[in-house]
Amino acid sequence: MSPETTGTATGTDARTTAAGTYAPSPGAAPLPRMIAAQAVLETKMLLRNGEQLLLTVIIPTLLLVLFSAVDVVDTGDGEAVDFLAPGILALAVMSTAFTGQAIATGFERRYGVLKRLAVSPLPRWGLMTAKTLSVLVTEVLQVILVTVIALALGWSPHGSPFAVLLLLVLGTAAFSGLGLLMAGTLKAEATLAAANLVFLLLLVGGGVVVPLDKFPQAAQDALGLLPITALSEGLRNVLKDGAGMPWGNLGILAAWAVVGLAAAGRFFRWE
Amino acid sequence: MRSDPVVQVSGLVKRYGRKTAVDGLDLVARSGITAVLGPNGAGKTTTVESCEGYRKPDSGTVRVLGLDPVREAAALRPRIGVMLQSGGVYSGARADEMLRHVAKLHARPLDVDALIERLGLGSCGRTTYRRLSGGQQQRLALAMAVVGRPELVFLDEPTAGLDPQARRATWELVRDLRADGVSVILTTHHMDEAEQLADDVAIIDAGRVVAQGSPDALCRGGAENTLRFSGRPGLDVASLLKALPADSTAAEPAPGSYRVGGKIDPQLLATVTTWCAQHGVMPEKISVERHSLEDVFLELTGKELRG
Repeated sequence: MSPETTGTATGTDARTTAAGTYAPSPGAAPLPRMIAAQAVLETKMLLRNGEQLLLTVIIPTLLLVLFSAVDVVDTGDGEAVDFLAPGILALAVMSTAFTGQAIATGFERRYGVLKRLAVSPLPRWGLMTAKTLSVLVTEVLQVILVTVIALALGWSPHGSPFAVLLLLVLGTAAFSGLGLLMAGTLKAEATLAAANLVFLLLLVGGGVVVPLDKFPQAAQDALGLLPITALSEGLRNVLKDGAGMPWGNLGILAAWAVVGLAAAGRFFRWE
Repeated sequence: MRSDPVVQVSGLVKRYGRKTAVDGLDLVARSGITAVLGPNGAGKTTTVESCEGYRKPDSGTVRVLGLDPVREAAALRPRIGVMLQSGGVYSGARADEMLRHVAKLHARPLDVDALIERLGLGSCGRTTYRRLSGGQQQRLALAMAVVGRPELVFLDEPTAGLDPQARRATWELVRDLRADGVSVILTTHHMDEAEQLADDVAIIDAGRVVAQGSPDALCRGGAENTLRFSGRPGLDVASLLKALPADSTAAEPAPGSYRVGGKIDPQLLATVTTWCAQHGVMPEKISVERHSLEDVFLELTGKELRG
């Protein structure tokens, strides 16, 4: 047990692994491979998490089916599904880019995942790119699911797909910025509680399933500035009413995106 | 083997608010295994995390493999392996999944299956990280630190909370790393770990290195050693003392049990046995007690290590 024995166990007898196995050969993998691997892992983690699936898949689907079938809220003229589908698409974006991302990232920060990845060869911007890719992949799956269900319920969408895509992308940027800001500054438990609360409040007050004109005029003006309202109303203008580019809604989303992402970049703490 | 320093820290100061965690620390680590030893709160983790690029020094310089770990992080990161004290894994990820992922971030990683088998992680199966035992989590973190085939590995308390068998397995891997030319910096508050593994030990207390050297040199240099023997009770201790060098001590703490203190070298041993022969004494159970790192640490810091 004396220190003289240090290193003698490296003789061939004591080794269970061939000599040279651990010989240094350091190097980072090519960037695209690292980012792709990270995006795949992030997506797997998200799809494996029950609470996340509740937020991103089950709640939007249930709301769409339930509110289309049962006349709970007066959605105005026309088919209920024509009013609901754009709102549910907006909800899907918010659930993934904001709520889901905030909660997942908050706990990754809490459990040292971000800390450990920070010393891996993957640069920080690469990690953020991978997170964004993972959010986009999830959203594509959500959009397909919501679209199929809505079409089955008799949805007849209008308008330019390009305008819809632009709204979804800007909405994702706005919600990602806010979600990461929350995850990078609050404790994981606080993020969990706040992200769920905000999700619920915006679900009710953001023109998702309840038409904005159910609220008093003063409240409508304020609610109209929220990113969820800009997204749901923008999508509705295009998909329900066949409007052209909804510049007003796009402008609000762009403003939230700039402010949210800048604040997240400035205040995000990795540990 | 002991060539250019892999880590060179000079005058490192790191404060958290009003608390000074590291207070003018100097440390040079060369290839091989360096143990950073100290009680909880001594500044071990802060020192290591400064080397890993997590902490920006308030003053002083840190160089790892010749690079600044904060400003040259991108160049340094692929070359080092890091085992955090805890966590670092997605709570919903399986052990093999996470290890394969970290391997994918490196250009020429180790064979993941062989590493899983080596560290006994194969039994984790489909269990996700949050449901693994503490020991399994530790071994996964160790595997993640070495899978990228780094030149230098930082292990923060690698055996904390492990059972003796798992500790031994970790030690074996660390020795294999060393044999294959990987340098290792590990923090520990286990004396035996430092004694068993390290080529070099740096003892940290209150944010400074209070002693550094090989475990042997620290134990020899730090304190006086002791020679004990048994003989018939009531020998003339004063006469023995006269035969010994000036700074020695001699005593009979219990009847028939004798203790000689001082610089114990072959010459002194010869002096004692010669004196015994001259007095017709048969010294039995002669033993030379080396000071352990524990003793050295206690003398340097006045503190006991936990654990």
